[in-house]
Amino acid sequence: MLSAAGSAVLAADAAPNPWFDVSWVGDNWSTIVPLVGQHVRLTVVSVLIGALIAFPLALFARRARGLAAAVLGLSTFVYTIPSLAMFAFIAPFTGLSETTVAIGLVLYSLVVLVRNFLVGLQSVPEEVREAARGMGYGGGRLLLQVELPLALPAIMTGLRIATVSTVALVTVGVIVGQGGLGQVIIVNGFGANYYRPPIVFGTLGCVLLALVADQLLAVVERLLTPWTRGAAA
Amino acid sequence: MNAFSDAIVYLNDPYNWTSARGIFFLGGQHLQIAGLALLIALVVAVPPAIWLGHTRRGGGFLLGLSNVSRAVPTLAILTIFAVTPIGFTIWAPVIALAVFAVPPVLANTYVGFREVDRDVVEAASAMGMSGWQVVLRAELPLALPLIMTGIRTAAVQVVATATLASLLGNPTLGTVIRSGFGRQDFGIVVAGALLVAALAVLTDLVLGLTAWAVAPGEKRRPLGRLRSRRSEAARVASAR
Repeated sequence: MLSAAGSAVLAADAAPNPWFDVSWVGDNWSTIVPLVGQHVRLTVVSVLIGALIAFPLALFARRARGLAAAVLGLSTFVYTIPSLAMFAFIAPFTGLSETTVAIGLVLYSLVVLVRNFLVGLQSVPEEVREAARGMGYGGGRLLLQVELPLALPAIMTGLRIATVSTVALVTVGVIVGQGGLGQVIIVNGFGANYYRPPIVFGTLGCVLLALVADQLLAVVERLLTPWTRGAAA
Repeated sequence: MNAFSDAIVYLNDPYNWTSARGIFFLGGQHLQIAGLALLIALVVAVPPAIWLGHTRRGGGFLLGLSNVSRAVPTLAILTIFAVTPIGFTIWAPVIALAVFAVPPVLANTYVGFREVDRDVVEAASAMGMSGWQVVLRAELPLALPLIMTGIRTAAVQVVATATLASLLGNPTLGTVIRSGFGRQDFGIVVAGALLVAALAVLTDLVLGLTAWAVAPGEKRRPLGRLRSRRSEAARVASAR
């Protein structure tokens, strides 16, 4: 390339740089697969941990109006912080690792999940609770067998929103070198002389992952709430 | 971790603010990109949203749009615009950001107009207002709180996303974070994060106060009012 300096230089515009190139995917399969794996891993881990933290938090917050306002206010504040800044705040503690990205994503998914869990639990009619208590249901059984099933639609909606947003946010992890498909977009595409096929592949991959995850959760929701099917039909 | 004290030291050095590519320059670029994007989004989104909300049509389409937009990574759209012919200009990030600012403005403006009490609209027509007068003098003031919520959501998002434009070579406050990582100096990284977070929170606060100031009718404490609007926005955003 350098020896060709002069009239025969292959300018960036002249080099083949198509938007779509399926052969690129085949040629770079070994690079892509681990990154897709990382993308899925980060999403699943973050949403799961977020849900595990959000549930007790929502249970705690619904005890008092003041607590709920505080939790929601704090979660709104967290959501205002841009993702790049979030990862930058965490990086000094956990370095350029997947953990840095996971912690940031947990915080963001937590925000969505607490909100929806709380809405779900608060939507259980007081009469239903009273009736269950009258039938002898204790606190734990009331929660697991009465409130949780009724709150399930809101909980699943929260999980779906959190999952879809998380799939998109993983890409920003590229700032610490752990961005899943974001690595494909930025490193293999933008960083490699603005090469377009990886950029398009990464983008479509993200959208596809998000849609698949969303549909999977929709199926799970339908399986978990068989009683809603009759009413909807 | 002394990254945080290093960050304070970095932010305390006036040179880091006033140098050719210092914080003032980067912040200016950041606000320019974000401001232009928001402006374009408003021009593109508000008129059709008013029309759809006024006529009460297209709700499903708008909800679908805002759901789909959540699935598309902003970084990906930024990159795609960066490798088009407008790539090396400020317009690449501006347009990419505008694309993401459209759905919240569109959805909230639409809901704001659709939720106006039909009796009010009928009363306004009965008083002899023309179609335009009904829209501008009866519906618009009543829809304003939700419109402002949409603008606020979009503005915070645009300011946040302008940070990402630094990954594609556009100088913004994100550049501070990036250069910190580049030099493996976590003090600079945290300084950049503080700047970016502060700008986003400040944007949220300023627009929240603006929304309170322009809201029609009796005004309560700004914070109480904001919180109730906020939860309304969350409900709109999470409605499926």
